[in-house]
Amino acid sequence: MGKTIAEKILAAKSGNSSVTPGQIVDAYPDLVMSHTATWRSASVMKRIGATKLYDPDRLAIVLDHISPAKTEKYAADQLVSRSFAREFGIQKFYDIDAGIAHLVLMEAGHVLPGALIVGTDSHCTIYGSLGALGTGIGYTEVTSVWLTGKLWMKVPETLKIVLNGRFEQGVFAKDLMLHLIGTLGADGCNYKSVEYYGGGAESMSVSERMTVTNLSMEMGVKCAFFPPDVNTAQYLEGRIAKNKYEPVFADPDAEYEKVLELDLAKIEPMVACPHEVQNSKPIGEVKGTHIDQAFLGSCANAKYEDLVVASKILNGRKIHPDVRLIITPGSKKIMLEAMQSGVLQTLLEAGGLVTNPGCGACAGDGGTLADGEVCLSTANRNFVGRMGSNKSSIYLASPATLAASAIHGVISDPREFV
Amino acid sequence: MESVIQGKIFKFGDNVNSDIIIAGRYLIHIDPEELGQHAFEMLGDGYPAKLRNFDILVAGRNFGCGSAREQAATAIKGLGIKAVVAASFARTFYRNAINDGLPIVECPALVEAVQEGDIIRIDLAAGTVNLGGKDFTFQKIPESVRKILELGGLAAYLKSHLEAQSDVPR
Repeated sequence: MGKTIAEKILAAKSGNSSVTPGQIVDAYPDLVMSHTATWRSASVMKRIGATKLYDPDRLAIVLDHISPAKTEKYAADQLVSRSFAREFGIQKFYDIDAGIAHLVLMEAGHVLPGALIVGTDSHCTIYGSLGALGTGIGYTEVTSVWLTGKLWMKVPETLKIVLNGRFEQGVFAKDLMLHLIGTLGADGCNYKSVEYYGGGAESMSVSERMTVTNLSMEMGVKCAFFPPDVNTAQYLEGRIAKNKYEPVFADPDAEYEKVLELDLAKIEPMVACPHEVQNSKPIGEVKGTHIDQAFLGSCANAKYEDLVVASKILNGRKIHPDVRLIITPGSKKIMLEAMQSGVLQTLLEAGGLVTNPGCGACAGDGGTLADGEVCLSTANRNFVGRMGSNKSSIYLASPATLAASAIHGVISDPREFV
Repeated sequence: MESVIQGKIFKFGDNVNSDIIIAGRYLIHIDPEELGQHAFEMLGDGYPAKLRNFDILVAGRNFGCGSAREQAATAIKGLGIKAVVAASFARTFYRNAINDGLPIVECPALVEAVQEGDIIRIDLAAGTVNLGGKDFTFQKIPESVRKILELGGLAAYLKSHLEAQSDVPR
């Protein structure tokens, strides 16, 4: 019987010739990402008296949440992370200027097709956009992988999702995912791996694939994949040499727990309503909802392409006077590109505020909401109190819906602008 | 860690996410006591104080979904909760609970049968939960992982390996 991508990667990384779903293996990740949580892993290491890493080259550290430090405590924690990186000679260390860990690591060529990557963040699933198995773990487990090089993993069952057709104008990967999460539920794929196929998947840019694999987490996946193809190779060109990686593909006769098919042409702009991502509705049912703030940011939708989509709609227009538009580019590289192309200028002139790159308001850093306020966000979570008061509300949508809504001051259909 | 846990249960619904269990603003802490003071704070309405009258949390499907923050498990321990029984757990919470030495039990039948305030008795070694004289069975956590839980968490497990000079390099 053939094998899925997750089965093949977990077999390779655990030294088994083949593995089957349900089997527990000791796997050796190629990369261990820790973000702002690094100080916690470092303190566990200190507490237990360990002083030697399994392989410092497998560590990647990016200070992305709550950066630059906003209180003395954050500053002290960042100092611990920085000192740790220096003491152990961590080459893949990125300080507060770099941006969101996931995007920074992919841009820098540290995420390779076929790799196994774990990290202190649930949205590590995004690495599947390049064909790597990425999954989130806690900070103590990161310490454990730092020291032993390995962790136990259960081989997941795999779902195959076939995306046919193409999006209509004004509809994007974010809408597809809000639709899927709404249909399958917050635990629709708990413990599972998901592989995306079909003409619709092949036509997606790597940026859109990042949105899809990132949001896949919100239906509970352990990992999600786009099989590497010409788009993947194009993205990796100039970031990493071709002979440095070996893409992993599923066998034609791989065994899937379930196969789903979707027609992208039937997807409408979608909005996730408070306070769960699975509470998603077609725009028609939500439009007209008043918003106080619009947040264009996060690892889900603050990539260069996302900023371009929003800026095309905002070009030559002004946002509604009652709306605060906060733009937090995903990384410094993205910010530079948007600066050079004039995208930042368009966003600023439309009435937006551009912050430093990083997780920003999605992680509760700035853009805090008061009682009763409503934020429309391009992030991946709308849980109660995530952006401030537990009496505030968060709606999630695509960058296009966000731009259209910022103009009108109420949730609006972006198709009016295309 | 005790193999038999008995106590009064508090019941939650489905999809209790880790942002609800402990809000992002408290992730600057790793101490259980400190985290416990803010557990479930986002729910308002007398949380977390009212949970201190209970020993075991029971929840529906997908408990601990969302963020991979380990402090979700730590905060529950800090509240003095001795175990969590759910119809299912999100995978990151499942791992974090084991790594923090918080016993977890997946038992949908018990979740359906139990009411808030009921007394249940969990036998981790036997793989049973008793409610009013009736035993519900559950699948025990994998053998290879049980040692971590038994030692009170992954940090203690790593330390014991360090001391035994086994596969944790010094």
